[in-house]
Amino acid sequence: MSTSLRNNGAALLSLSAAALLVAGLSLAIFWAPEDADQGISQKIFYVHVPVALTAYACFFWAAWKALRLLWRGGERYDLESYTAVHMGVIFGVLTLVTGSIWAKVSWGQWWVWSERQLTLFLILFLFYSAYFMLRYSTDPGPRRARTSAVYALFGVVLIPVSFLAIRLAEGLIHPVVFKRDGPAMEGSMFLTFCVCFSGMLALAGALYLVELSGKRADASLRSLRERLA
Amino acid sequence: MGRRFGERLVLSDVDVDVERGDFLLVTGPNGSGKTTLLRLVAGLLAPTAGTLEVAADRGRIGFLGHEPLLYRELTALENLDLYGRLYRVRERRERTGMLLERFGLWDARAEQVSTYSRGMVQRLALCRALLHDPDLLLLDEPFSGLDAEGAELLHAELADAGPRTLVVASHQPERIAPLASARLALA
Amino acid sequence: MSGYIADAAALARKDLLVELRTRDTVPAMLLFVVAALVVFHFALPAESSRLAASGMLWIALLFTALLALVRAFVGERDQGTLDGLILAPCDRSAIWVGKTLSVLAFLLFAEAVALPAFALFYEDVTWELVAGLALANVGIATVGTLLGAMAAAARARELLLPLLFLPLAIPLVVGGVGATVAEDPGRYLAFLGLYDLIFAILSWASFEYVVTE
Repeated sequence: MSTSLRNNGAALLSLSAAALLVAGLSLAIFWAPEDADQGISQKIFYVHVPVALTAYACFFWAAWKALRLLWRGGERYDLESYTAVHMGVIFGVLTLVTGSIWAKVSWGQWWVWSERQLTLFLILFLFYSAYFMLRYSTDPGPRRARTSAVYALFGVVLIPVSFLAIRLAEGLIHPVVFKRDGPAMEGSMFLTFCVCFSGMLALAGALYLVELSGKRADASLRSLRERLA
Repeated sequence: MGRRFGERLVLSDVDVDVERGDFLLVTGPNGSGKTTLLRLVAGLLAPTAGTLEVAADRGRIGFLGHEPLLYRELTALENLDLYGRLYRVRERRERTGMLLERFGLWDARAEQVSTYSRGMVQRLALCRALLHDPDLLLLDEPFSGLDAEGAELLHAELADAGPRTLVVASHQPERIAPLASARLALA
Repeated sequence: MSGYIADAAALARKDLLVELRTRDTVPAMLLFVVAALVVFHFALPAESSRLAASGMLWIALLFTALLALVRAFVGERDQGTLDGLILAPCDRSAIWVGKTLSVLAFLLFAEAVALPAFALFYEDVTWELVAGLALANVGIATVGTLLGAMAAAARARELLLPLLFLPLAIPLVVGGVGATVAEDPGRYLAFLGLYDLIFAILSWASFEYVVTE
């Protein structure tokens, strides 16, 4: 992608993100009906779930780029994968925070192990934080790129496996004290949700492009400096 | 062709053709990139700039680097047996025995490498590099650590290389310069 | 094909021979696991359930495994012998198979001591526990060997490996403890088998990328 196109893409996505998020949040606050069971606290769902899904999307994007790197090679895939993981972790932390707020509001505790998604995100957060430790401790070069790529692939495989593990653990070790029925969404709720979700994706995309161009600029600067030396 | 490590440019603008049967002597002071060049040819590194073509696959390359690539807790026989298996050396035992004898290590063959002197380790490393009768032999400072007798043995090996292609890096090349068919001086 | 297996076997045998001569890793593992079990006695309250005791066993074994995994590639890297293996014409994944086999052997030695100790200090050892352990061993060895190779190329490798390994080990702990204490151990054993299959294949396939320059 050429620089100008990328910059335009980032600008476009930022605007869309802003528009969608403002619209989505307004819908959530003012228009969408209150949940019968949970009342107004349920509304945080419109932020929490889109953020979570966006984080998943980032991790899958990172794994896709990682696969391309291993298949083709090329520093650009490494930068793209790395940036995507970074975005995923940011949104992952947001997921944990919003989830925690929701738990406090709903059940009076800042953390509940019975929340499968939340536990899964905790595991993923640990995993992808180690990704950064790995990158930080390894000398830059093709090996670091490939090792990071392999690790990113492991992460994406870990998602379903961990989910299964959490379900199995539930039956055994952690009694399900607080349970929430899956959202049986009416039409208006669903629309609000979709708007928020698109907004989050757009936001992630915009941040991704911005950070990526920053990293690419760094890389170009570095190679220029090397060539002059 | 060139290679950099992070910010450090170790090799640049290396342009050389080596034909089968040549003996390329690579000279240069410490830090000029001789080791990096040999590691590139061996396939342990990939160039970060330019192209490198080596007409021998891994099983036909023999390598002697700064590290002897030997397991200290194993005996000479065990080391050579392991590499003999990995390199699919035919008549492994005979060849191992022949090389150990040629380089004067036969008596110490059942001793662990950790008991060897520096010179003995270097000789065993040479045996390891020659074990599979490689088409392309890459030697990085092969004379280091060798006593007079060992140096003689190595010299004889280099002089009588036959169809083997040799690339030898040395920062004191006077001894073997006459044997070389080509020279590459790195700065 | 037979060459591949022969290579892996030769490499595994090499690791076992080196360990036999140096006795670096296995004695430390044995001592560590027993010490950990003793420490846990003081960490568990008086009427702790079977569940708690089993959980502690699995934690002890996990950290004992880390001892073996850290050392798996550090020696090769520091002595430079990993280069020797990479130069060889064998398939790089055969290196992984050889290492995994030797790590498995070390784990079995450690468990041969840990299980009797556990039976002595805490609870009986059931066949479900052994089965779960056997399956978890495979998962630990396969994934751990790959991660060990990744960490060995980095600085602060002893710190890095646990960080990389523990999140991936969580499903193994769930499967293992579940197999030990649940009424229906079959599900957990099947889950462990699934984990092993998926991650063994993934580790086997990606080893080459992690260990070459």
